[in-house]
Amino acid sequence: MSGNMNITLKVWRQKNNDDRGKFETYSVPNVSEDMSFLEMFDVLNEQLIVEGKDPVAFDHDCREGICGMCSMFINGRPHGPLNGVTTCQLHMRSFKNNDTIVVEPWRAKAFPVIKDLVVDRDSFDRIIAAGGYISVNTGNAQDANSLPVSKINADEAFAAAACIGCGACVAACKNASAMLFTSAKISQLALLPQGAPERQQRALNMVAQMDAEGFGSCTNTGACEAECPKGISLSNIARMNREFLGASLTA
Amino acid sequence: MSKLDSKIPEGPIETKWSKYRSTVSLVNPANKRSLEIIVVGSGLAGSAAAASLAEMGYKVKVFCFQDSPRRAHSIAAQGGINAAKNYQNDGDSVYRLFYDTIKGGDYRAREGNVHRLAEVSGNIIDQCVAQGVPFAREYGGLLSNRSFGGTQVQRTFYAAGQTGQQLLLGAYSGLERQIGMGAVQMYSRHEMLDVVNIDGKCRGIIARDLVTGKLERHFGHAVLLCTGGYGNVFYLSTNAMGCNVTAAWKAHKKGAFFGNPCFTQIHPTCIPVSGDHQSKLTLMSESLRNDGRIWVPKRKEDAEAIRTGKKNPNDLAEEDRDYYLERRYPAFGNLVPRDVASRAAKERCDAGYGVNKTGEAVYLDFKANMMRYGRIEATKKGIHNPSEAQVNALGKDVVVEKYGNLFDMYKQITGVDPYENPMMIYPAVHYTMGGLWVDYNLMTTVPGLYALGEANFSDHGANRLGASALMQGLADGYFVIPYTIGAYLSNEIRTQAIPTTHDAFEIAEKEAQSRIDKLMSVNGAKSVDHFHKKLGLIMWNKCGMERREEGLKEAINEIRALREEFWKNVRVPGEANSMNPELEKAGRVADFLELGELMCLDALTRKESCGGHFRGEYQTEEGEALRDDDNFAFVSAWENKGNHEWELHKEELKYENIKIAQRSYK
Repeated sequence: MSGNMNITLKVWRQKNNDDRGKFETYSVPNVSEDMSFLEMFDVLNEQLIVEGKDPVAFDHDCREGICGMCSMFINGRPHGPLNGVTTCQLHMRSFKNNDTIVVEPWRAKAFPVIKDLVVDRDSFDRIIAAGGYISVNTGNAQDANSLPVSKINADEAFAAAACIGCGACVAACKNASAMLFTSAKISQLALLPQGAPERQQRALNMVAQMDAEGFGSCTNTGACEAECPKGISLSNIARMNREFLGASLTA
Repeated sequence: MSKLDSKIPEGPIETKWSKYRSTVSLVNPANKRSLEIIVVGSGLAGSAAAASLAEMGYKVKVFCFQDSPRRAHSIAAQGGINAAKNYQNDGDSVYRLFYDTIKGGDYRAREGNVHRLAEVSGNIIDQCVAQGVPFAREYGGLLSNRSFGGTQVQRTFYAAGQTGQQLLLGAYSGLERQIGMGAVQMYSRHEMLDVVNIDGKCRGIIARDLVTGKLERHFGHAVLLCTGGYGNVFYLSTNAMGCNVTAAWKAHKKGAFFGNPCFTQIHPTCIPVSGDHQSKLTLMSESLRNDGRIWVPKRKEDAEAIRTGKKNPNDLAEEDRDYYLERRYPAFGNLVPRDVASRAAKERCDAGYGVNKTGEAVYLDFKANMMRYGRIEATKKGIHNPSEAQVNALGKDVVVEKYGNLFDMYKQITGVDPYENPMMIYPAVHYTMGGLWVDYNLMTTVPGLYALGEANFSDHGANRLGASALMQGLADGYFVIPYTIGAYLSNEIRTQAIPTTHDAFEIAEKEAQSRIDKLMSVNGAKSVDHFHKKLGLIMWNKCGMERREEGLKEAINEIRALREEFWKNVRVPGEANSMNPELEKAGRVADFLELGELMCLDALTRKESCGGHFRGEYQTEEGEALRDDDNFAFVSAWENKGNHEWELHKEELKYENIKIAQRSYK
């Protein structure tokens, strides 16, 4: 631990979903600028364990910005101050000595808090289960090159498919809307010929599930796009609305 | 040797699989509905297997410790997936992929399994494209390929630097579809703590609900462990924080033999360690070696000057750079297999040519290829006599498209812009070729208990080639287990679901509970991470890139002592009956403390060098791995005898289709 920054953390502590929860203040000395934000939390937890206190629970796994598990609301912004970066890829060089940093969990009705900074995001899985797939059983496929896809569409589908399902879009939205997440999957599959046969049903079912989970509506503020660590574009929401409207008119 | 039956079908290699597949026993659709299968782990192997088996009609339960099956660490694979499609018309074939994989594995993998893998590789790409996986494409709309290490053809399919993510999300969408239809029951935030055997067959698992802390019993006619590798035994690795050996280790203690535990892959291109606080290492994809040239300064003075900040790498003239891979291995150059590239980097750094503060880093430099791409682009755009800056800018655009996310990641972690300065890289633990021993059906030595993907030992021998892990995970899940499981389940159609009140479940749950109670009650002074870091250091120094008899013997003693101290002095805070990440870690580290000893024992026993297993005592004059085919052409399969004692069983490896030779990439 060779750093020279002193950081004050105000961290949301909540024992479980029934607990009201409150902020606790901790000071973490000797933080190195090369540490990731989560490594600073490792240091804090080590400190708490030695003091005989309960360490802070937080979700994290790959620590390379791709699994989508880490989910801290830092100084009022999901994944902190940088654009295009998840919490695990945020480094302390983005902060200054003697900074006070406020850390909260994602806050949304459809993401209930489990403990401290850990929330339940099963609602995202259920939206995918409602239609975020192409119905192709193993073994049904034809030769991969028998279906050419224009590079433009393939690239656009890839850009939408880059979503890591972290939920920052929901956390950033004043309405806790999941439109960016849902539309990214609908877009990816609508842009590819493989997804065409089911596109109408997909849009209807996924949107219905999204509403049933208690996510809010979209008011075109754009906070989701601004805070998305993978740069998922707002134009996906426009595409989803077209898909949904088209499907509703013909259904 | 008698206990091991690999069940490789008879007959010529080309028809082993197709013939077996057409004759293996089937289960009729009505019976499938009453057969239950438990899948532990939701990565490529787990998700693919669960979705495929549910589509066939089996009742499936899936368990993962993350909050969603989409988070499994397959998601982090960057570079690509191999398939013998020969779309590039460059001479690829099933045989060549088979040959490259056996040779790349330094002749320590089974011919039968590897040929099957090569055969189904093409189907995987078809399946993924049908699912909507957005692979990279050319302007004509067809799929694009690139090169990976250890091969001379372009057979790697990719989706920018996020191939694993796209493949996993494809498999995950198939899984979620089955969950939505009620064919799969999903248990996320659940960790498997034991397998339950009844009358010599695996019949279920004990799992802990990580939210409530409650232990649960689950019955299955068969159990599939798709739980990944154990690289985190080294503490620092490119694995996710949660990756662990617990499921495989519990299975091992309940009778499943462990195959080749010492075969570990050290990946040559990772971001170097920055300090004590480091929690994990980040890989820079092997695909970067397509366009990046690896070098260190030719003169020690220059290396010294760079280390102390007096010189900048860009100042060094071409003739002052040592492109050591191109120098030592002209035929494969920067694309030698991972084990070879890693050792070569270590050799240069040990000799004093390392380029960062710690002296443990080499350069991966894109300048030459960026300029080459820039000139090509200029020609395409009809710009004659472009300026240096123009070429640079055009070349940068190409590199951004190919590797943009990796370059961004590098900059984010190190604070250095890799478009301006060469990347600094160093080898790090990445993958484990070893794992549970399985037969051709992917069944362990416990009937009804299977291991798929990285969790088994089967296809990569002593060294895995790049872009082959994704291939193996999906092959096992989509195209192998759906057939081979019939060989077992066709005899289980009369077995009724066993109630989980059975004594065996009772006892297994009690054991799991008492271990948790024990961990909670030590109440010592040191955190779990304290022990994990110490273990990692022992493993890295003595069972890492180079192993020697003396060091391995020391390591075994040190691990034993550390394990004893762990159970006396670990502190696990909080409660067992609620979410408790420290308790989860403690259980996993306790298992690593046992596995580490077996890895060292295996490394000690294998008195040869092969692939990633490099014993300092056994090397050629040029410092290459020196195999001993007369005495060590076998798979080590270790049987647990309890009390940290093991018995070695050997599965002899026969090469009937490939002439075994010294591996040469020169």
